[in-house]
Amino acid sequence: MKTWRITLRLLGQDWRSGELYLLASALILTVAAITAVGFFTDRVESAMARQGGELIAADLALESATPLPADYREQADRLGLTSAEIIEFRSVVVGEGGPQLVQVKAVDTAYPLRGRLSVRDAFDAPDREVETGPPPGEVWVESRLLPLLGAALGDEVGLGESRLRMGAILSNEPDRGGALFALAPRVMLSQSDLAATGLITEASRAEHRLLVAGEASAVERFKRDIEAGLPVNIDLVDGSTARPEFESAVDRASRFLHLATLVTLLVAGAAIALASRRFVERQTDAVAVMRCLGAPNHLLMRVFMMRLALFGLIASLVGCLLGWLGQLGLMSLLSDWFATDLPTPSLAPVFVGVATGLVALLGFALPPLFQLAQVSPLRALRRDLGAPRGSAILTVLGAASALALLIIWQADDFQLAWKLMAGVLGAVASLVITVLVLVRLAGGLAGRARGVWRLGLAALARRPSAAVLQISGLGLGILALLLLAVVRVDLLAAWQETLPEGAPNHFLINIQPQDVEPLGEFLREADLGESAIYPMIRGRLVRINDREIVPSDFENPRAEQLASREFNLSQGAELQSDNRIVAGAWWSGADAPPEFSVEEGIAETLGIALGDEIAFLVSGREVSAPVTSLREVQWDSFNVNFFVISSPALLGSEPATYITSFYLPEERESVIPELVKRFPSVTLLDVDALLTQVRQVVDRGVMAVEYVFLFTLAAGILVMYAGIQASLEERRLEHGILRTLGTGRRALLTSLAVEFTAAGILAGALASVFAELTGWLLAEQLFGLTFSFNPMLWLISVFGSGALIGIAGTLATYPLLIRPPLHTLRQAG
Amino acid sequence: MSGQRPRTVSKAVAVGKHVTGPAGGLTILERLDLEIQAGEAVAILGASGSGKSTLLGLLAGLDSATSGEVWLCGERVDDLDEDGRAALRSGRVGFVFQNFQLLPTLTARENVLLPLELTGTRDAARRADEALDRVGLTPRARHYPRQLSGGEQQRVAIARAYAPRPEVLFADEPTGNLDQVTGEHIIDLLLDLRSDAGAALVLVTHDARLAERCDRRLHMSAGHLEQGA
Repeated sequence: MKTWRITLRLLGQDWRSGELYLLASALILTVAAITAVGFFTDRVESAMARQGGELIAADLALESATPLPADYREQADRLGLTSAEIIEFRSVVVGEGGPQLVQVKAVDTAYPLRGRLSVRDAFDAPDREVETGPPPGEVWVESRLLPLLGAALGDEVGLGESRLRMGAILSNEPDRGGALFALAPRVMLSQSDLAATGLITEASRAEHRLLVAGEASAVERFKRDIEAGLPVNIDLVDGSTARPEFESAVDRASRFLHLATLVTLLVAGAAIALASRRFVERQTDAVAVMRCLGAPNHLLMRVFMMRLALFGLIASLVGCLLGWLGQLGLMSLLSDWFATDLPTPSLAPVFVGVATGLVALLGFALPPLFQLAQVSPLRALRRDLGAPRGSAILTVLGAASALALLIIWQADDFQLAWKLMAGVLGAVASLVITVLVLVRLAGGLAGRARGVWRLGLAALARRPSAAVLQISGLGLGILALLLLAVVRVDLLAAWQETLPEGAPNHFLINIQPQDVEPLGEFLREADLGESAIYPMIRGRLVRINDREIVPSDFENPRAEQLASREFNLSQGAELQSDNRIVAGAWWSGADAPPEFSVEEGIAETLGIALGDEIAFLVSGREVSAPVTSLREVQWDSFNVNFFVISSPALLGSEPATYITSFYLPEERESVIPELVKRFPSVTLLDVDALLTQVRQVVDRGVMAVEYVFLFTLAAGILVMYAGIQASLEERRLEHGILRTLGTGRRALLTSLAVEFTAAGILAGALASVFAELTGWLLAEQLFGLTFSFNPMLWLISVFGSGALIGIAGTLATYPLLIRPPLHTLRQAG
Repeated sequence: MSGQRPRTVSKAVAVGKHVTGPAGGLTILERLDLEIQAGEAVAILGASGSGKSTLLGLLAGLDSATSGEVWLCGERVDDLDEDGRAALRSGRVGFVFQNFQLLPTLTARENVLLPLELTGTRDAARRADEALDRVGLTPRARHYPRQLSGGEQQRVAIARAYAPRPEVLFADEPTGNLDQVTGEHIIDLLLDLRSDAGAALVLVTHDARLAERCDRRLHMSAGHLEQGA
């Protein structure tokens, strides 16, 4: 009771006296950034997943090679979700020109649940969007089937035991997804016609899919309900993982968001550290007096801890409120992206925010608080005793462990966390070492300097810890601003550039060897670019080392699916520019021995390691070679890419078809009929819709990240302010004395300006080195982007921070100079 | 007093204080003996650096001696750890400092309340108000130290020192930061309150005129104590 009363009294008075403003600002900012991101990351992720839903025509899909139990659909109905069923299988249609292998898709009347289904009523007619699939008695077919069948729209074709009319050309189906490069043309029919065809029996090979869509919370509930008991032969697909191009973009967007939060956390953490040190230092006299008055140590510690915890709790709650408001701001910024029925944010970020605030505060403030335990009551009599020196190791350990805990917790991504921490710790360590060296130098120079300069330099050398804190604080602030610039200017731009204006939006597949030359010529003449044309060889994975591949051996449904399907393999001498070797080495040119290079993701899924011998069944013959490299593929570049590539020696002589991609501007659509007419066997795939989706994720992701960086900006300014404040405390008394001794205001002002500017230049130079290094590390290692060093940034940083800190520091100190010296001395005394 | 032996509130027996620093050892106090009786006012005079503040710190249990014994309120201080000494001081020892040492974030009244709350005194609020009234600062109770003059701040400090009704009050240059007239008032107040409360007063000062008003004067010089007139 006694402790509470004293705690509350002191806390209230702290607040009124303004002692806590700086610490409160730093804490509120940290918590606000964390909670704002927490509040909207969920929403941004659901928005992205929903957008991805257009790629699977649903919010969620269940896939299986056998009919799906009715329970799932019933469960979806119970939750108020809409659902649709699809069955896909290979078959043959028979027309005037004979039989033709096709990929049949039987859809019910609810299909599609998401995305755009469109048809054309004639070869050269415009696209027409439709709400549902074909009516009973009708099929819609891909355009290339018509020349293959020698038929026209309106003709009938035989499918199993039925005869159905070809009613329209199918120009876009949202969930083309995994079948993007399917060789057989698509035929879509109504599910009500399926039984009559007699094609599907219990034993038929077919893919069954249940599509589900509805309110996000209900979809989430559905996913949760079924996920745990899902048999291994049923695959759960959501929008964000539907296409590697899209998944890759979503992944980067979420990494950028986390990065932004972490940088804010780091910088605001530094501000908390500086502010809490100052706060604790200013308590030294009060503690000495209270100890004189007979307060036992444990009571004082308890009072201080409770005061800190209570303050932390209040500031964190205010931060949460601010974070919630911040989230509303972002929501309105991206309002077109958020459907109205997104779930309201949960309260979870509030707990995370409060916990973050408390951990940060305790980590940074507890070590200096322990110093207070050592304050002698004698200090009340003799001020010359000074404040007790805190253990540097304890301070650093406390701060570092709090930061590490928060970063690992927040990052949710160990890679990102340790890279960022390495960058920042390296920066801080170098800042500290450099400043220490300079402080020593200053000490040496102090003997030779005169007047104000001697005093300034001597003071600097006598209090190295204060100088280190100040310049490091300034350096961290500048570092934050520079990282902001690096991420904003270089990283985000590099990301947007992966999808430049002319990114390929059309694929041509099924190109026969004899068509490669003329098609290349055609594209060049039509001014559609100089895209490379890659060979594509079909092969089934049959062996990894001595292990025969049996699809059902794989527990992971994706691995099972991959193992049971044919791969699109390729061969080539050169590594594609958007591929990067992450393990092993690429082979040396066209004469290299037989080797394979595998995409890292698929290697992990299938359990293929560098050095493994893998074998594919290609045209009835087994070809095998060791895996000599693993590649990271930038899927969202929209260039043609392959999971598995061999050296020319291995697959160079295998029969292949070819594939290429190109960018077709909207106004050049007229080229298409001519292309289809000249190369009737080639399949044209329009991926403009997918491209648009990915581009939207990138653009909105960039916007969201920039918004979060506003918090970082505020934190950076705060830490610099804290740095300057720390130095003011140290100098208050000296200024009073100097003024009393008759030193002119102008002389003091000049020395301050020179000192702050020098500190700014130093902090700026060090910070730019580390901003670039961290930027490079993040770009190359984490985001798979190309990073280019930016000399302008260095110039701006060094001179900008010199000017900024010079002006800000001098302005902040000015009030000390215009005050009567007696006032200053009294306060300091 | 009628033949009854007065009670000793503070006692130093052969007390020495030595410090060692980078420049070698330094003796501040050497084999010093002193006894302060209850209700007595003692002035310790001496030049700067003579060791008088050190002696005050030792007598009040704020610091520990290198050799000898220090007794406070009947207990031997050297046997106690810092918390034990704090418990001993709590409510039984009062302080008045040269630079007032009021907590800047608390009002005058809250500063007076602080030691009462630290000792868990039951009617703390009433006693704080009485103490403030006694030093004539009731109208300024809600003011912060920075809003008070030096003399007013020292009166708050005196109210704070006397509010818990201590057995002994230590004052370190209580008038050192004040002008002569204000200083006189402060001394009047200190001595009056001492009589009211029956507490001993140990006063460290430069000012011989102020020392004159005490029952006993001791002169410190180079770590030794001489009884004055």
